[in-house]
Amino acid sequence: MPIVLKSKEEITLMREAGRAVAQVLEILKEEIKPGVVGKRLDDVVRREFARRGVTPTFLDYHGYPARVCVSVNDEVVHGIPNSRPFEEGDVVSIDLGATYKGFVGDAAITVCVGRVSPEAERLVRITEEALWEGIRAARVGVRLGEVSAAVQARAEQNGFSVVREYVGHGIGREMHEDPQVPNFGRSEQGPLLQEGMVLAIEPMVTAGDWRTKRDADNWTVRTLDGSLAAHFEHTVAITDGEAEVLTLP
Amino acid sequence: MAKKEAIEVEGVVKEALPNAMFRVDLPNGHQVLAHASGKIRLHFIRILPGDRVLVELSPYDLTRGRITYRFR
Repeated sequence: MPIVLKSKEEITLMREAGRAVAQVLEILKEEIKPGVVGKRLDDVVRREFARRGVTPTFLDYHGYPARVCVSVNDEVVHGIPNSRPFEEGDVVSIDLGATYKGFVGDAAITVCVGRVSPEAERLVRITEEALWEGIRAARVGVRLGEVSAAVQARAEQNGFSVVREYVGHGIGREMHEDPQVPNFGRSEQGPLLQEGMVLAIEPMVTAGDWRTKRDADNWTVRTLDGSLAAHFEHTVAITDGEAEVLTLP
Repeated sequence: MAKKEAIEVEGVVKEALPNAMFRVDLPNGHQVLAHASGKIRLHFIRILPGDRVLVELSPYDLTRGRITYRFR
């Protein structure tokens, strides 16, 4: 499928979708404490999305049963909110998508529950830095591979791995559009970035090996070796200057 | 929400079906129902049984795919 370019007006709508996602992620971040369960986060999303006039993009996406993905510790992405209470030391990734007037915003953050191990703290920090390295690299005229390579370099220089089997994506009227945005690769690969492209850049970084497996629920993705994983994501628009992050509060 | 990386595999066309659909044999022994990508249709690239093709599989439904390239 071709890459769909977005007009300024369409990007305005995507900014609104992104704002709702970012605001609700901030609320969820405050909710995450020892003893709280993932299902509670789903309830908060329901309430806060209704208040903001946006709809949850993930609910029923290929049958996904919730509004938010909650992935704990060795879970990488697509964890289904459940009734297991968060514990001190957990690393919790929350991934959220909202649709506003037909356009999607998609973002994720990883939150540490209480005090976590220094290694976990470093993994989370480096993953967020890798995301921003990718965003800084996303400029008109460079190849998409510049973004991928920047993300990969930051993760691997710090001794971590990037997941290969799941990737970021173009985004717009559909949550998943072309191009695929891998978190690995060489800078000379991929399409040239143009003004009007909108990408969801989302490093998934593990403390061990990058290989993953899927749970019997067919959604939850976890590291094959049981190592910790972190995940950060922003929806960004390619503009004539620096890329604009659309998922800001 | 992350996207499952689309998987591309080489296959051999077994049978041409109506509506630009094809049954393609994959090296792993599976058979998929694949449609021709827009670009292939646009350029009137004829796909015949026996052709080697590149098939993009959907991670959500591994029985269906998209033919993105015909090897010469």
